[in-house]
Amino acid sequence: MGIPLDLLIPNMLSASSTTLKIFFYTIILSIPLGFVVALLRGSRFKIISVPIQIYQLIFRGTPLMLQLFFFMYGPFYIFGFSFKRSVACILAFVINYAAYFGEIFRGGIGAIPKGQYEAAKVLGYTKFQTFMRIILPQVVKHVIPATGNELMTLVKDTSLAQVIAVEELYDVATSAGSKYFSTVPIIVAALFYLIMNTIVEVSFKVIEKKLDYYKI
Amino acid sequence: MLLRADHLEKCFGETEVLNDISIEVHEGEVVAIIGPSGSGKSTLLRCLTQLEKVDQGYIEICGKKMVETIDDKAVYGDSHILHDIILDVGLVFQNFNLFPHISVKRNIVDPQVKVLKLSQKAATDKALELLDKVNLIDKADAYPGELSGGQQQRIAIARALALNPRILFFDEPTSALDPELTGEILKVIRELAKEHMTMVIVTHEMAFARDVADRVIFMDEGVVVEEGTPDEVFGNAENQRTKEFLQRYYDN
Repeated sequence: MGIPLDLLIPNMLSASSTTLKIFFYTIILSIPLGFVVALLRGSRFKIISVPIQIYQLIFRGTPLMLQLFFFMYGPFYIFGFSFKRSVACILAFVINYAAYFGEIFRGGIGAIPKGQYEAAKVLGYTKFQTFMRIILPQVVKHVIPATGNELMTLVKDTSLAQVIAVEELYDVATSAGSKYFSTVPIIVAALFYLIMNTIVEVSFKVIEKKLDYYKI
Repeated sequence: MLLRADHLEKCFGETEVLNDISIEVHEGEVVAIIGPSGSGKSTLLRCLTQLEKVDQGYIEICGKKMVETIDDKAVYGDSHILHDIILDVGLVFQNFNLFPHISVKRNIVDPQVKVLKLSQKAATDKALELLDKVNLIDKADAYPGELSGGQQQRIAIARALALNPRILFFDEPTSALDPELTGEILKVIRELAKEHMTMVIVTHEMAFARDVADRVIFMDEGVVVEEGTPDEVFGNAENQRTKEFLQRYYDN
């Protein structure tokens, strides 16, 4: 049986839009959340930093696939309600990635020398000004490579959404693969992921270059 | 009197770093603090600039009370007073601590705009004037990482001066520099002294301290061992520890 590529490709393109939605929602929500996680993790109050550490351990220490199941089916057994499929999916991704970003940003914040804070303090900057004007711009430069890495992983991780029946690229490709008994859809899906990640890679190289105007 | 500090006490864990230190600084005076490494000189400066907190004692800067001791405990003023006091002082660090992600000019403009709320124009004019003063006007658009240590330190001095401090503190301003670069920093400090800028300088440059200071304080093991004019301290030290320290210095 031949593969109707004229049917398959549009199907895969529309499934890719789901993949992209998961990707962008996760970026937009988990990066700011990751910063909050990093700052809370660095708190000198144990009552704040320890729960954050436990959260990070759980979400980095268990498979994302299980977390997707948990957000899809867990609330029903615990609270008697369920999230919409798409909401459960985004929640799992955001909370999972924020745990990773929290670690990356914590490293970035820790890499800024103490002298930068001291200079800002003696000049009379408020704590908020110091963070926004002095620390954050330097942290961004530090964390760009690790963040790019993480986003490439995210592109591939979106394929896990199929375990809670979110119809994304991988899901469409595997069903087409078994329907037509062919590996072609899988190879096409691989190409799609590769194209997306090429865009991520190139964008981050451009950002890195842009931030190369100063040395640390 | 611009600065008065009485009976300062400071411990790091079990180690006593400041032990009953009292100093005064008058308007227009240049005070050099000398002494061996670990004698508490830098810690004293860091306490006076609010980078460290004292355990006990009294500090008053430009008539504003920073900290006093009540029932054996240091009690600091509220955040408004502390902020006002910070605006009265400037600090030049051993390792410059310029902001690497913004240009030299913006390093000097940004604090004026954000902290003193000056206009961009007024702040830029002032920055260029100060860059001219430290002979680095051609580096206005460079980034700190592109400059030599001596140039970075001159920028750091300009940045501190931009906020019109009434007292300028220097924490070993030449210790991170190659010997051939220390001269350009000392020259800038000498010029400031001529303009009667009030300065407190922690330094290992004995010849410079002798030359530029109105008063020299020798510290050792957290106490002020000797204090006097440069001639008194360098020429005619009374205390044995001062003599030994200066002898070691001359031997090297």
